[in-house]
Amino acid sequence: MSTVTEQTPRRRRRWVAPYGFLLPAGLLYLAFLAIPIGYAVYLSFRGLRVSGGGPFGVQEETWVGFQNYVATFTDPEFLAGFGRLAIYGIIAVPVTLGLALTFALLLDLPRVAGARFARTAIFIPYAVPGVIASLLWGFLYLPSTSPLNYLLRRLGLDPVAVVEGGMLFPSVANIAIWTGVGFNMIILYTSLRGIPGEVYEAARLDGANEWHIAYRIKIPLVGPALVLTGLFALIGTLQVYGEPTTLRPMTNSISQTWVPLMKIYRDAFVRDDLSLAAASSVVLALGTLVVSVVLLRLTQRRSLGVS
Amino acid sequence: MTATTTLARPVSAAAAPAARSRRRGHVLPTLVLMLGALYCLVPVAWVVIASTKSNSELFTTFTFAPGTGLVENVRDLLAYGGGQYGQWVLNSLLFAGFGAFACTLISTMAGFALAKYSFPGRQLVFYAILGGVLLPGITLAIPQYLLMSEIGLAGSYWSVLLPSLISPFAIYLARVFAGSSVPSDTIEAARIDGANDARIFTAIALPMMIPGMVTIFLLQFVSIWNNFLLPFIMLSDERMYPLTVGLYTLLSKGSGTPSLYSLAIIGAAVAIIPLVVMMLVLQRYWRVDLLSGGIKG
Repeated sequence: MSTVTEQTPRRRRRWVAPYGFLLPAGLLYLAFLAIPIGYAVYLSFRGLRVSGGGPFGVQEETWVGFQNYVATFTDPEFLAGFGRLAIYGIIAVPVTLGLALTFALLLDLPRVAGARFARTAIFIPYAVPGVIASLLWGFLYLPSTSPLNYLLRRLGLDPVAVVEGGMLFPSVANIAIWTGVGFNMIILYTSLRGIPGEVYEAARLDGANEWHIAYRIKIPLVGPALVLTGLFALIGTLQVYGEPTTLRPMTNSISQTWVPLMKIYRDAFVRDDLSLAAASSVVLALGTLVVSVVLLRLTQRRSLGVS
Repeated sequence: MTATTTLARPVSAAAAPAARSRRRGHVLPTLVLMLGALYCLVPVAWVVIASTKSNSELFTTFTFAPGTGLVENVRDLLAYGGGQYGQWVLNSLLFAGFGAFACTLISTMAGFALAKYSFPGRQLVFYAILGGVLLPGITLAIPQYLLMSEIGLAGSYWSVLLPSLISPFAIYLARVFAGSSVPSDTIEAARIDGANDARIFTAIALPMMIPGMVTIFLLQFVSIWNNFLLPFIMLSDERMYPLTVGLYTLLSKGSGTPSLYSLAIIGAAVAIIPLVVMMLVLQRYWRVDLLSGGIKG
């Protein structure tokens, strides 16, 4: 990054200027990121203790050390939530990225018919909020309104339930895939367009076909963009909340604590155990950070432009 | 669905013998892309068709057959809860419109400072922002709520609006864009001419950064419009809900009263259409290359 060097006599005011530009963002960062994190950490070490004994003891908020963290890590429901999240993520992330990369590569082929239309159509679900997407798919899954089941009934076959049993995870993941493919496709596609054409000309002269070019040149060159989209898909996975919550009224298979955030919400607002919810939030946030850093380290690319 | 067939037609029509060998290689890519388009459009087509069905038709007629209840559904939607739906639309517009606008300005200022000045603590600020990118808002929603209720703001419009004004990702993008679109020489020349920092920013940097700002605005608009957990946690008054939370409450009440299902469906259809239109119209102003260009480092 080029920097303006100090030459004129008005040094003092210049020295102040960048801080002035950063001030609004800095204040908001403190108020809505740093301080809430600090407050959550503080709360996570506090808890209600009953003093005086018996059913009429007085509840007091005191320092309880790591008790909430122990409770978080030994809570089978919270851990099961992470297990479900893992299954969901193993389906959603690779399929989203795989489809996005496939579509981006196809769009980048020379002279493909209908490319513009397809690009726009595949991008449209990005504009649909997750909750509304879950509502749409929920109705397409619901046995009484599902088009698949309508056809099956017409053919005299048994209807299938798609938000139950083994189909539950793919069905929920499908919603994230549907909303996510287009945005990732656009990022990968623009990154492909940024590769200079001469690179391909040389390969074509050497007799490479489109498949070889895609596999040997394009995919390696969009590597950094793939890492970034993968990172956001992963972060998105850890934050899943709205989709299963919206589907919940339509099926019996999604519990109140199906994913970690749902469990945190229940602890905080249904059970009023703010300390436990704070500890679980800190665990989830740290987990997100660790996963992101590990991914960036593993890929060893300066994907976020850290100077 | 009809659009798919119309746009697919030129492929078969262009069956000139000369183009045949080149075309053969393109049938499969086009087919795969059209399947992708179909997959993405079917749920949207479904909600538009389903919003024309009356309650009884919803569960009895074929899913993709249009019904006869459109007018009645629209009337019911507008009448629901004394015009609550219109209120939800306005709330969403307020949160997303004002939030994205202010966030874009704040991020542009911060990104400009990070890209164009060297000052003590710059590296620290940058790492703080990067940490914020890797740790996005949703995990913070509950601590934010606790803090908001401490200071008595929970349940107000501010409780949803204020947290959406800060987006580390937007600042990161603004920094990338300021770095690539505002030449340092121009800033230096203006400075020699006697312009101060505020004037350099408003008169020189800001106009050069407009394409980047449009992108940041759209990304932030969509992310606030789509947000569910933050308003769901913060707000308790149904009239202050944005569309996402409003439609969710309609749907969860609907599992007890199926008559609300058709309301939720037409509500969803009406909610999607403006955003899809905005997306299509503003598509060419998007500078997504900023996203993929910035991450090459």
